[in-house]
Amino acid sequence: MDRQNPFHCQEEKAWCPGCGNHGLLEGIKEALDQLEKDPHEVVVCSGIGQAAKLPHYINANGFNGLHGRSIPPALGIKVANPDLTVIIHSGDGDSYGEGGNHLIHNIRRNPDITHFVHDNQIYGLTKGQASPTTRQGHVTGIQTEGVQLEPFNPIALAISLDCSFVARTFMGDKEHMVKIMKEAIQHKGYALVDIFQPCVVFNKINTFKWYKENTYKLDDDYDPTDKIAAFQKSQEYDDGIPIGVIYKKEKPSFLEGIEYLKDQPSLVKRDLNPDNAKSFMEGFF
Amino acid sequence: MDYNLLIGGSAGQGIDTLGTLLEKVLQRCSYSIFSNKDYMSRIRGGHNFIQIRFSTKPVYCHKSTLDFLVAFDEITVKEHQDRLTEDGIIFADEDLRERIGEAHRKVIYLPVKKGAKEVGNPKVFTTVFLGALIRIYDLDLKIGKKVLGKYFKDEILEVNHKAILQGYEINMDHFSIAKPEEQEQKILINANQGIALGAMAAGVSFYSAYPMTPSTSIMNFLASNQREAKIVVEQAEDEIAAINMAIGASYAGIRSMTGTSGGGFSLMTEALGLAGITETPLVVANVQRPGPATGFPTRTEQSDLSFILTASHGEIPRMITVIRNAEEAFYKTAKAFNLAEKYQVLVIILNDQYLADANQTINPYNFDKVAIERNLDNGEGYDVGEYKRYQFTEDGISPRIVPGMVKGQTVLSDSDEHDENGNITESAEVRVKMVEKRMSKLSMLEKEVEEPWYMGSEEPETLLVGWGSTYGVLKEAVETLNHEGVSVGALSFGDLYPLPRKAFNEKRKYAKKTINVEQNYTGQLAKLIRQETGISFDESILKFDGRQIDLEEVIARVKEVI
Repeated sequence: MDRQNPFHCQEEKAWCPGCGNHGLLEGIKEALDQLEKDPHEVVVCSGIGQAAKLPHYINANGFNGLHGRSIPPALGIKVANPDLTVIIHSGDGDSYGEGGNHLIHNIRRNPDITHFVHDNQIYGLTKGQASPTTRQGHVTGIQTEGVQLEPFNPIALAISLDCSFVARTFMGDKEHMVKIMKEAIQHKGYALVDIFQPCVVFNKINTFKWYKENTYKLDDDYDPTDKIAAFQKSQEYDDGIPIGVIYKKEKPSFLEGIEYLKDQPSLVKRDLNPDNAKSFMEGFF
Repeated sequence: MDYNLLIGGSAGQGIDTLGTLLEKVLQRCSYSIFSNKDYMSRIRGGHNFIQIRFSTKPVYCHKSTLDFLVAFDEITVKEHQDRLTEDGIIFADEDLRERIGEAHRKVIYLPVKKGAKEVGNPKVFTTVFLGALIRIYDLDLKIGKKVLGKYFKDEILEVNHKAILQGYEINMDHFSIAKPEEQEQKILINANQGIALGAMAAGVSFYSAYPMTPSTSIMNFLASNQREAKIVVEQAEDEIAAINMAIGASYAGIRSMTGTSGGGFSLMTEALGLAGITETPLVVANVQRPGPATGFPTRTEQSDLSFILTASHGEIPRMITVIRNAEEAFYKTAKAFNLAEKYQVLVIILNDQYLADANQTINPYNFDKVAIERNLDNGEGYDVGEYKRYQFTEDGISPRIVPGMVKGQTVLSDSDEHDENGNITESAEVRVKMVEKRMSKLSMLEKEVEEPWYMGSEEPETLLVGWGSTYGVLKEAVETLNHEGVSVGALSFGDLYPLPRKAFNEKRKYAKKTINVEQNYTGQLAKLIRQETGISFDESILKFDGRQIDLEEVIARVKEVI
């Protein structure tokens, strides 16, 4: 290593040995370092869950909020200061279950935020219940007869809403993951990246080996701007799950879409003065 | 002299338009105005009304006795005619003659619809009505025309000018109503608009909310000015998102705010705790309406206080304050931002539908009285990585730097119990210190809260105690009762929590009887006062039918219990 990665952090990690989160953490630190970001320029937001502890293990700004609510504070942060690189690290339960409404509407809103979902297809922190991405038939302590609900398909959902960047990767392929992470961070707009990771304690079906055997990389000639093709890719599961950038749609980000903010200093850099508001009283005379 | 006029009809008929125009004309003719709205949760039909009280002296509330009734339909006559004084008058279009039939008071039929047809647009009958009323009250037609110019443009303005003249020229006598003295121009504004303008003066840069009556007009006002002010008003997907967005924006260093009504506030409660434990400054407005659940969407109540005192699980410091009139709405909101940032704390501003929809003439806001005190740390003097968001300090307030603004320093906030760095902790010792650090803000806020306003006899035999929107009615009721020789005074609370106690303790010493006056069933202020002081009230005047208590009712009910 040529230099110490500035995103390294000494905090002791409260994750199980062998947990996929470790590799994911190393990946994001590497991606940010390769992008030559400084820790103070980055904010890592999260909700609650094992994945959501990540802001504590990286040397960057962090906002570890409420369960399911990783996205709304991230949006507020980005509006306040667009110069910040705003990243979300949260799990499948937090992002797709408790926070599903925010996911839907922020895909529509398209803020320049990168959302990494640590998808291990199970609930870890609460000890092994089904998550929205757990497959049907998977038996857990709660779903004693096997999961009955249709699995949530984040890729198909995001494509259907014309999400500006939709990707999937596997933490077991670090090179692929870091490459996707960098591309997602550099993308202007909402980037949803579903990252497969094993839960070594509670998911005995979707193991490291299972992901390795059941994922394949998209061909180089795959065209992520073709919505229909992307949707078809999103439906693949049983015969191999594609990883890579599945869908891309160029469009203005949330703040770029607010025309009157163009060429204005960011909100956080404004000087506040009560007199600026005086003219808004005129209408009441 | 003091007049009370009611405009009634069904939703969509134009009572709002006539009310708005007439209020503006009266305002510009130097009358003092207090108007309030009673409307149903529907866009068309039903029975809605606006009451406009106008006077040559200041007025602070609505009252029940009417002098004039402007009826857009026969239901308005049936519903309200018995509130007219003996010589009160009903104005109605001549088309309604048959449907109104025998009325209990004098009816003056006016050819307003006919007049509108004559100028070529049946829709402008409200402006014809306005012209007729200007004539009847001997107001200045030039002012009327100017007011139209404020609301209409081009051809529409032209036809409205014809319409106002058409009404003005209807042949009839005018009444001799008292003329106000020329005075410094007032503004006509409601408390929600006052809150919004106060927030803008304080530098609010981001307002995230989900539309909910009766709080929406705060968002409407900010949104209508967002382009010019270059701020961001965002309609969130739900109230949970709204408050979490505002918290994120505040963490990142800008002044942000959210507003809602009871049901939306219920959804926000978990995030109140988030603001508390992350020590993120936050201003939240809750414009009350009758609950529970959907309740009475368009009506009024003061029934969220008990809930808001402890809303959120766990324990957090908070300040709760309530708006008493449109004037203080502005200053109070601006101050709320300063207090929120000074103590890195949650400030909840309460309002209610009554004041949200009540227009009042008040002195223009003095922007020089608004100070912006951010209490941010510029981040100088720290070694690389040394900054700790939750550093223990002598005064209990940790330095707050803005993430991204200081190279070498990062800011970590956490909803888990955390150490000085913001990292998750399980330590009993750190937990105790952190809880004490956060909760010690309550004693700091105790020094900031303002005593309630007092009106009436110096040494009152009867002490009335209310909060928020009943201020105006208590003030006028006490004046009337004092005039009749009754020894009575009233305390009107603005800051509610931490509870200021000095004025209450002082005035209750004289009182043989203490009476809480509230728009709820359980006497929520009385409960709070009992909780904080151990003192119970002797009597209660409570109202929870969704309608604001009026002057006559307060006076009558006080006389009943003393």
